[in-house]
Amino acid sequence: MTAPAKPRTERRERPESGTQRRGKPDHGGAVGKGTSTLRKVIVYGVLGIFAVVYVYPFIIQLVTAFKTNTDAVDNPLRIIPNPFNTDAWRRLRETDFPLWFLNSVIVTLTVTAFRVLFASMAGYALARLHYRGRDAVFTGLLAVMAVPGIVLLIPKFLVLNDLNIYDTYFAMILPLVVDAAGVFIMRQFFLQIPVSVEEAARIDGAGPFRTFWYIVLPMAKPALITLTILSFQGSWNELGHFIIAVQDPQLYTLTRGVAGLTSGQLGSGSQFPITMAAGLLMTIPTALVFVVFQRYFTQGANVGAEKG
Amino acid sequence: MKSRGPQRQAKAGWLFTAPMLIVLGLFLVLPIVMALWVSLSDWTGRGSPLNAEVSFVGLENYRGLLTEAGLDRQDFMISLRNTFYYVLGVVPLQTALALLLAVIVNERFLKGRTWFRTAFYFPSVVSSVAISLVFLFLFTGTGAVNQFLDLFGIKGPSWFTDSRGLVHIIGDTVGLWSIDEPPSGLTDSSTLGLSWWEWIKGPSVAMTAIMMQVVWTTAGTFMLMFLAALQDVPAEVDEAAMVDGATKWERFRHVTLPHLRPVVLLVVTLGIIGTWQVFDQVYIMTQGGPAKTTLTPAYLSYSAAFDSNEWGRGAAIAFLLFLLIFTLTSLQRILLRDRDVPGRRRWRRPPTATTTTAATSGVAT
Repeated sequence: MTAPAKPRTERRERPESGTQRRGKPDHGGAVGKGTSTLRKVIVYGVLGIFAVVYVYPFIIQLVTAFKTNTDAVDNPLRIIPNPFNTDAWRRLRETDFPLWFLNSVIVTLTVTAFRVLFASMAGYALARLHYRGRDAVFTGLLAVMAVPGIVLLIPKFLVLNDLNIYDTYFAMILPLVVDAAGVFIMRQFFLQIPVSVEEAARIDGAGPFRTFWYIVLPMAKPALITLTILSFQGSWNELGHFIIAVQDPQLYTLTRGVAGLTSGQLGSGSQFPITMAAGLLMTIPTALVFVVFQRYFTQGANVGAEKG
Repeated sequence: MKSRGPQRQAKAGWLFTAPMLIVLGLFLVLPIVMALWVSLSDWTGRGSPLNAEVSFVGLENYRGLLTEAGLDRQDFMISLRNTFYYVLGVVPLQTALALLLAVIVNERFLKGRTWFRTAFYFPSVVSSVAISLVFLFLFTGTGAVNQFLDLFGIKGPSWFTDSRGLVHIIGDTVGLWSIDEPPSGLTDSSTLGLSWWEWIKGPSVAMTAIMMQVVWTTAGTFMLMFLAALQDVPAEVDEAAMVDGATKWERFRHVTLPHLRPVVLLVVTLGIIGTWQVFDQVYIMTQGGPAKTTLTPAYLSYSAAFDSNEWGRGAAIAFLLFLLIFTLTSLQRILLRDRDVPGRRRWRRPPTATTTTAATSGVAT
């Protein structure tokens, strides 16, 4: 049943074997051995350098969270805290950090649930239901997707303000519950599913709603997981929208709250260990999801997840 | 039963798309219309922009940004200059780094490649806030980066407070000019409110630090796109080239690279769309400083509206930025179409490539 999505998943999941079989076939070592020693040294050397460049900042972040501020400033490169110190964590608890975390959880879970539901509904309609106006809706969707998100910040504030929901949870959640790219992803997925199954259901007398809920959705599991992860990551890391949607510190999410830690909110002493600890804590949920669902992330990267 | 089918489908179709239509209409289409009105008005943020006291000022806000001499235009030009150098640096670097990482990680003898791939991609899924905090710490005056440079006897700048332009510094180092006494030929002439000396400034040291951060963060995402394409290089062609005695480099140059061309164009397009929108890093790390050298149109638009209550100006900047990104990407699409040699078509994967462009272009930051 999930056949349409399978090949892609497999290819992305095991590029190792994929490469060997398709990309660069193994020619009995003729090329592999001849150049290998020098090549290997170079490749591993370059790779090693980049690995350090990519991993070291996170190690520094982790270690600095357990340093005193003096130690952090004086020995930023050292990876053993001296003295070992958990002051930063204690002081972080005295800030509004727990509140921000809670807000982030509320907003992210709500947004993700609705995004997945609405995107699969709309995606299904655009892929499978035949009605007048469908093509126009799809063209509109494509046009909407081409609008760069950042230029919508002020416009969105204007509407939230005029609807009298500025500075509420509604303002944070509602504009995010539909994501045009998500609808597009689901539509593409549903297009791949063979029609025969739905036709069988229809002949049995099932209407579009039942067909969607009981037949189509269960088949769409891989796409639903990908979309869930993209939505989770997207709304957990969202900053711009929350800046323009609320101003009440009680409604700050992690991104907004932690970003504020840099602007002198903490006073002078012991700043870096706190910001490092805060950054670390807000990364943990994403990291967990990333580790568990890595292959879906890699899939998703090819349809979305642009950072900059 | 059968005759009711189409009717039922039409009803279901509109019902299924209703949430999408309502939300996108309310928070995407309506905002654009309202912002267009605000950009043509003198609204100061009090009450509704639709109330009777707000008056229509025509293109006044746009004129202030483009044609009338003054601080508004100067700020806007500075933000365009800063971002131009930023894009010019980030897009080629992130594309090259992504390609390099992909080619290396794709090596078949490599052990633990999954681990490396994960390490390079991980920053892409982490919040820009968390990463910015780490980089603020790494790039402080006595921070990790400068202590590392110190090992080689290089004295690093105090990154985020240094407003000197890179081109100015290089010119100074090679003896082309002195940074403290810039050549009068450049300082005396000005275009659009900025002296030529200011225009050629290059990215400031502070902006360079942000650029490095962004390249570091985004390369992983693009690496995955390149990896997917590398695994699709047609094996027969590669084999044929090898039989003909082509070296590894020749095969990379003449088989792999042409195959990657559409992906390179895609990555560059996405890069341009993304980089012109830079906002988060500026908001978190520099707020436009030092000396406005990290001011970007996106941040300027935000601060004009929310900090200065000049909503008309803020909205106008947003529209101009939209227009700019739209023009650049359309331009690229046209160029791309013209160079579409039919013979090469075979090696493309049209469905994937177009899917990705369409899907990703809308996903900002």
